[in-house]
This record gives sequence, C-alpha cells and structure tokens, in this order.
Amino acid sequence: MSNIIDLSLSELVSNIKKKKISSNEVTSAYVERSKKSKNLNSYNEEVFDSALKKAKEFDSKPDFNKKLSGVPIAVKDLFCTKNVKTTASSKILSNFIPSYESTVTQNLWNDGAILLGKLNCDEFAMGSSNETSYFGNVVSPIDKDLVPGGSSGGSASALAAKLTPATIGTDTGGSIRQPASFTGTVGLKPTYGSCSRYGIVAFASSLDQAGPMTRNVKDSALLLEVMSTFDNKDSTSVDFKRPIYSKDLSKDIKGKKIGVPKEYRVDGMSEEIDKLWEDGKNYLKDCGAKIIDVTLPHTKFALPTYYIVAPAEASSNLARYDGVKYGFRTKGDNLIDMYEKTRSEGFGDEVKRRIMIGTYVLSSGYYDAYYLKAQKVRRLIKNDFNNVFQKVDAILTPSTPSSAFKIGDKSNDPVSMYLNDIFTVPVNLAGLPGISIPAGLDKKGYPLGLQIIGKPFEEQNILNIAYSMEDKINFKFNIKDWWMNE
Amino acid sequence: MSKDYLIERNGKKYEVVIGLEVHAQVLSESKLFSTSPTKFGSEPNTQVSLVDAAFPGMLPVINEFCIKQAIKTGIGLKAKINNKSIFDRKNYFYPDLPQGYQISQYKDPIVGEGSVVLDLESGSKTIGIERLHLEQDAGKSIHDIDPKNTLVDLNRSGVALMEIVSKPDLRSPEEVNVYIKKLRSIMRYLGTCDGNMQEGSLRADVNVSVRKQGEDKYGTRCEIKNVNSIKFMQMAIEHEANRQVDILEEGGKIDQETRLFDTKKNETRSMRSKEDAHDYRYFPDPDLPPLEFDNNYVESIKKEIPELPDQKKSRFIEKFNLSPYEANILVSDLDTSKYFESVIQNSDVKLSSNWITGELFALLNEKNLEISESPISAKNLSKLINLIKDGTISGKIAKSVFEMMTEGDKNPIDIVKEKGLQQQSDPKELEKLIEKVINENHDKVKEYKSGKEKLFGFFVGQTMKVSGGKANPQLVNEILKKKLK
Repeated sequence: MSNIIDLSLSELVSNIKKKKISSNEVTSAYVERSKKSKNLNSYNEEVFDSALKKAKEFDSKPDFNKKLSGVPIAVKDLFCTKNVKTTASSKILSNFIPSYESTVTQNLWNDGAILLGKLNCDEFAMGSSNETSYFGNVVSPIDKDLVPGGSSGGSASALAAKLTPATIGTDTGGSIRQPASFTGTVGLKPTYGSCSRYGIVAFASSLDQAGPMTRNVKDSALLLEVMSTFDNKDSTSVDFKRPIYSKDLSKDIKGKKIGVPKEYRVDGMSEEIDKLWEDGKNYLKDCGAKIIDVTLPHTKFALPTYYIVAPAEASSNLARYDGVKYGFRTKGDNLIDMYEKTRSEGFGDEVKRRIMIGTYVLSSGYYDAYYLKAQKVRRLIKNDFNNVFQKVDAILTPSTPSSAFKIGDKSNDPVSMYLNDIFTVPVNLAGLPGISIPAGLDKKGYPLGLQIIGKPFEEQNILNIAYSMEDKINFKFNIKDWWMNE
Repeated sequence: MSKDYLIERNGKKYEVVIGLEVHAQVLSESKLFSTSPTKFGSEPNTQVSLVDAAFPGMLPVINEFCIKQAIKTGIGLKAKINNKSIFDRKNYFYPDLPQGYQISQYKDPIVGEGSVVLDLESGSKTIGIERLHLEQDAGKSIHDIDPKNTLVDLNRSGVALMEIVSKPDLRSPEEVNVYIKKLRSIMRYLGTCDGNMQEGSLRADVNVSVRKQGEDKYGTRCEIKNVNSIKFMQMAIEHEANRQVDILEEGGKIDQETRLFDTKKNETRSMRSKEDAHDYRYFPDPDLPPLEFDNNYVESIKKEIPELPDQKKSRFIEKFNLSPYEANILVSDLDTSKYFESVIQNSDVKLSSNWITGELFALLNEKNLEISESPISAKNLSKLINLIKDGTISGKIAKSVFEMMTEGDKNPIDIVKEKGLQQQSDPKELEKLIEKVINENHDKVKEYKSGKEKLFGFFVGQTMKVSGGKANPQLVNEILKKKLK
C-alpha cells in the first residue's frame, strides 16, 4: 500500500472501513506531517492531541457505517468549532472560543470525521491571496514566494501540501475555487442554500457558501454529500432532495451541452489560459459533450457589482465586533473612544477598506446609485445565466485569469487583487454551483484550473462533468516537500 | 360638543397636530428571531440566546407566531395585510444592540393602512393608521448600578415589537389618551399585546406640531422619544405644543428635531437635530428571505379573530338596549366585558350594568384592583342581582350584602339566610307591624288624618325601623295607605 498521506479521502475511508489502516495511523501521519510544516503557516490552531485521542477512541469502538469513518480533517478558521478557538484570522476574534459548532462541521463529525485544526485564511475571508490574515500570510507549497490564493489559502496550502486529506472552505466571490486553481486541487462552491451558514463567521450573507476542497472530484462529491443538509437554523437554507453525490457520480456525459461564454475572454488574458480553455473544450468533446457558444452580456458588471454588494453586507455583518460582548477590546475614555480604538486596532486594512466601502454605498444619498443599482445589475447577471441555461447544461470557463502570483505582488494594489476574482464572482452573484478542477500548468510550472458552472442545485451534473474531464486531463503534479523541518 | 383643544396666545388660536408611533410588545412566549423566552422581570441576561447576543455565525430565524400576531393586529386595525414584506437592517452602534443593527421593516411593512375609531364626548372620530411593522427590541443599558461602568441586560434584546404608526390625525392630549386606550383594548381583545405600560409593553414616540387654526399646512414637527405612560404623553404634548407656540409667537421657527421628555421637570429638551440624525443605512437583511404568505393564510387567521370592542359595543346596544355610554364602558376592557357577559347569563341586564359600573367599579377602584382580580365573582354578583330582582332583598340591603361578599367571595344567598335579611313581603305579617305602629302613635294618626299628609313618611320609616329594614317598602306603602284612610 502506498504512503498514507498519498491516499485520497475516499481511499482512506475505504481502507479504514476494510480495517487495512486504523484511524490512529492516519491521524498520526497527518499530525506528524503538519507538525513539520509550520513554514507554510497554514494552521491558525492545532488540536493534534485531541485528534489523536479521538482517533484512538474511534479505533477502540469503530463505526464503519459513517461516511468519513475516522478520517482527520482540518477546516478553515471561519467555521465555529465548539471549544476550539475560532478567529476568522482577525485580531478582533483572536481570543474567541465558541461554545457552539457550525452545522457544516457538525455534519463532518457526525459522519465520523475528526478535527485536526483550524486553517489560516484571509481576515474575515476578505482577500484573494491569504495575505490579510492577522496571523501572517500563508505560503503555497508550490513555491516559497507564491501565494496559495485566498481567502481559503490555509485550506488550499494544507491540502496541496498533504497536511490534511481534504478540507472545507467558504466561497463568497471565489474563495474556494481560486485557491484550488492556484494549488492544483479541486474546489467546489455549492448552490447558495445547499450548505448551512449557521455557525460560519459571516462575510457577505447573500453570497457566502461553504464547500469542499479535495484532491480529486470523487472526494468533493463525498464531502459535499456530508456537508450539505437542510438546516432550519439558517433561513436561507433550501430544502431540496439532496442526491448521494459520490454514489451517483458518473463519467457518462454524452450529449451534454456545455456553454462557452465569449465574455470570459477578457483583455490581457494570457495565451496559456486561452489554450487551457481550448484544451478543456476538446476534453469535453472527447467525452461526447457538445460545445455551444453562449453569451453572458452583463459579465463585465459582475466585479463592480460584487464590490458593492459584498462590502455593504460585510459592513453590517461586522458591526457586532465592537468590543462589548466578546473578542478583543481596547479600553477607551468613553463609549465612542472604546469603539474606535477596538475596531481600529482589531481590524486589518483590507477589512477596514471594505467596511468603509460598504458603509459608503449604503449611506443615504448614495444607496440608490450604488447598492440599489448593484442589486438590479445582480438580477441582470442572474437572468443572463437563466437564459443560457435554457440552452446548455453547464458552462465552462477558466477559474482565474492567471496562475498564482508572488507574495506581495498585489497586496498594495487592491484593484488588481480584486480582478483575480473576475471569473468566479458572477457565480456567487447568481447563487450557482461552480467547481474548479486542475487542468494544466503554465510556463512557470504553476497549476491552472478550469471552472464548470451548473444550474441551481445541479451539483451532481457539474461533478459528473468534472469527473469525466479529470479522467481525460489526467493532471499530475508533484510537490516537493521543500518546506519541511525534520 | 366638547370644546376643541386650542392654544391661545395674543388673541391667536393654535391647533395641535399629533401623530403617534406606538411600540407594542408582541404577546409571545419566545422572541422574534430566536427561541429565548420573553418573560418580564427575570434575572438580567438569563433569557439570552447566542442569536440574541449576536455571536459570530448566528442567524435569525423568524418566529411564525409573531407574524400571526402582527397579522391579527392588522386585521383588528381594519388594515391592509401585505402578502409580501421585507425585513431590513437598521444599522447603528450601541452596547445594548448586540448585532450592531436592529432587524426592522422599512419600505415594505407587514401591515399597511388601517383605522381606529375613537369614542369621544363629542362623538366618534376615526384615526388613520399609516402602517404596522415588526421589529426587534434592543436590550437595556443600566447606568446606575456600577459607578464606573454601564451594564447591559440583553433579556429584552430580540423581543418582538409591533410599531404602529398613526396618521397625524390626533388633535389633543385627551384624544391621545382615548387612542392609546382603544389601541390597547383592541390588542388585548386579540391577545396580541398585554398593553402593560409599567412593564414597557406599550411605549410611544410622539410627533407634535402646531399650526394656526384654519391653516391647511402642517407645521414643523418634533418627535418626543419613548414616552411610557399616557399621563406623560399628555404632559409632554402639552408642554411641547406650548413651547412651539411660544417660539412662533416670538417670530421664531421650529427646528425639526428629536426631543426627550423629562418627567421630573415636566419639559421636553432637544436630543438631536435633523442635521445630527442618524444615517441608519437601511438595507434588506440578507439573512432573511422576504416574508411571503397567501390570502388563505390571512383568511385562516381571520377565523381566529374574536369579537372586537366596536362590534361588541354595537351588539350590547342592539341586543341589550344599553346606552352607547354604558356599552362603551363595558366593552373598553376585555375582562370587564367578559365579566358583564358572565353576569347577564342569568341576571337582568340593566341591573347588571348598573351594579358593575356602579358598586363593583367603586370597590375595585378603592382597592386598586383589576376586574380580573375582583373579590366578588361574576357568579355571586349575578346571584345578588337575582335576589334584588325577585324581591328577596331590597336594593339597600343588597348594598350591605355586597359589602359582606367581599370577604372571601361569599355566596349572597348564604349571607341573606344567615343574617335573616330576606325582605318582609308577607302582607299579613306587615299588617301586624303596621297596626303596632299605628297603635303606638295615635296622636300622629290624628294629625295625619286632619290633613298633615307629610307624616306618611314618618309611618313608613317607623314600619321599616321595627322590621329591621327588611320590610318590602312597596308593600308597606300600599298597606299603610289603606290603614290610614
């Protein structure tokens, strides 16, 4: 048998169920490797001792009927975990220990998974490079100068570096798909309403969605199957008949119609991305799918719309971090002084920038011109997709306009940072499911991803398309363990 | 017609224009968006969930019961029920507002225009309702326990409130008094708000402006925030209206502003001007989808609506021939109307109405009790009234029996028996008594017969006296007249 850490999530589960390996062996392997990988700065909080204890408990009384029997998993530090520090990578929550568990993580534990630790991310999930974290930037295992993407950068880095067999992230504008694309991994953002938002530190409520990040498509299907449940604690959770994604996974996509939107060929996009996209079409054709040119005319408005809607919601969602009830507080001479000092010191620059943008666009006199207009444009973007989905079953686009960039390259230029989300953001605005799969390497040898966008609640369809493409692409990418301390 | 409420200065008459924003706490076991209990008077911070305290990742989930209560109230206000309404966030920072925003309804409230009819001395008057919307209450900041710190109690945080906004149709402190009482009565009938002002279940922001009598245009208004008793509302209006008239008479201009009523100094003072008004940055709460329901839902709630004060009043007038005044008194409070209807099940309506609004109200007033706490049950009052009606006791004896009933809600039949208070209505027995009186007062009989007819009262009094007050006065009269011929 190959090395434990080289096994996929599905393989691990299967091996544990067949009693070929124990939960303790698996957990120990990941704990050992994680302990030697501090250079990546992918963990905010490690709970290795408790993980090992739970693994032993599992082995002494194993329940093999669970979908994730005895598998250790590290999760993004945006999910509240009972009695385990949850910071959203912000100073303002740097001492916060929830007394409750998010629904999505609870679903993992209910199905036998074991928490390894909490993974670094951009502060309050605001960023595309994991450079805004209060606990420092995360390094990509691909290269020491490279960002892993963001905001689920710690998740992507840990997954690609094999510090966890799989992980979960959140995606508000691309925060799962973009880092997956940057690190040669698979990332799925489900339809809005598929995974409960209960217990996830909110960034932008109408856009946030949790999803799996895995080494292959099958693992994403399995993890989504566990994560996604109807939850009456979240009023936006949707009660639909959820398929058993991993069981129903199929490579038969013959006759599927795949749309290719011309608006995604943006100015300055590299030839490599263009070629990747062409290759993607050819893979799909090889699988028996039909490629159809489609148009999503309002695509160019997606990014500005997103950067109004998301900050507006964030400015309000983050108002609760005021130093009064929990979290970080700086003393002040009076109430206003306490608020100002607490929030000035507790939030980082990017978070403050977005709170200010959000406050501005909601202000009286500006509301109609910005927020209301953005909501209207959002409706048009949704309509674009609705129209296209009359004709096609799914849409193929690149995941990002470029491969991973260097640490520090864009951190002083917010707009160029924001432009990185150009292909992922429309999917969130329309509330659709989207998956990024690794599809090739650029000249520098960095991974590039392709995105498949589906109709609402048709995750099974995009998983099947991704599954068959994965087979054709046969992406091989070996990361050398350059960062490890012995 | 009662006189219009006008303020006179230098020979000019000013009319006062008032609109109310009433905050009525929804009668509900749990809060608007969480399952925490709402019980009043609990230890601080014992009725607080993670949602109420706005912990990270916590989400509001609408309490359907509160929606029903708001719809019921809307129906009671004869208002338009909106099948689609939207919850918005009203953003501002305050320690007793844990989310940093209040979830409220801004552009699309659950209930639209309606009306309330007031019974005034001058006749009835209809007050327009602008809207009713649902919102969360905030917690309470306590400044006077700790000398250095403000303490926060979040028990109230997230409790459901209905904000009922009237049109500027009120014209005097008295109309405000009647309006609040009517609103409270309707909600008590519906069981949607207990209307308890001491516990803060009913509070109001009062908008006041003045204009010269006969003018069409409204004056600039000031809003007096959060007044929690009818008396204070009336005092605040009076003070504020006079303040505004003084300014206008001195050639000044009213600034639109928010003011506070100082109950100790009996004056309003500026809290913030229009320029300093908060920018609440309202926007639809993305955690809550629009609230939608169909007409069937509203119809099913309509079926649960009880008879309301106005209907009950008409019924009392038509069916029982009560005067509008009497009917109004009996229906204004749900418990009173229940008591009345219980008494008249077995008793004469007119006597019941008299005894409830007379003796019983006086007793409750004296003991400072609600009718629900009445020391005399409806059942026993009904028995007492029947004793009067069938002539067992006189009205006068009934009053003393009533007194005796207050101790432990005693059965009046037992009291009458025990004390031997039955009215003496046997003509033979009465004749004996009367003959005795006549025999003992020969000289008076002579005087009477010689024309001093005033003495008839004397004989009645004497007869009553020897009967120990129990003689049937009507019979005594009849027999005496015969005997003294």
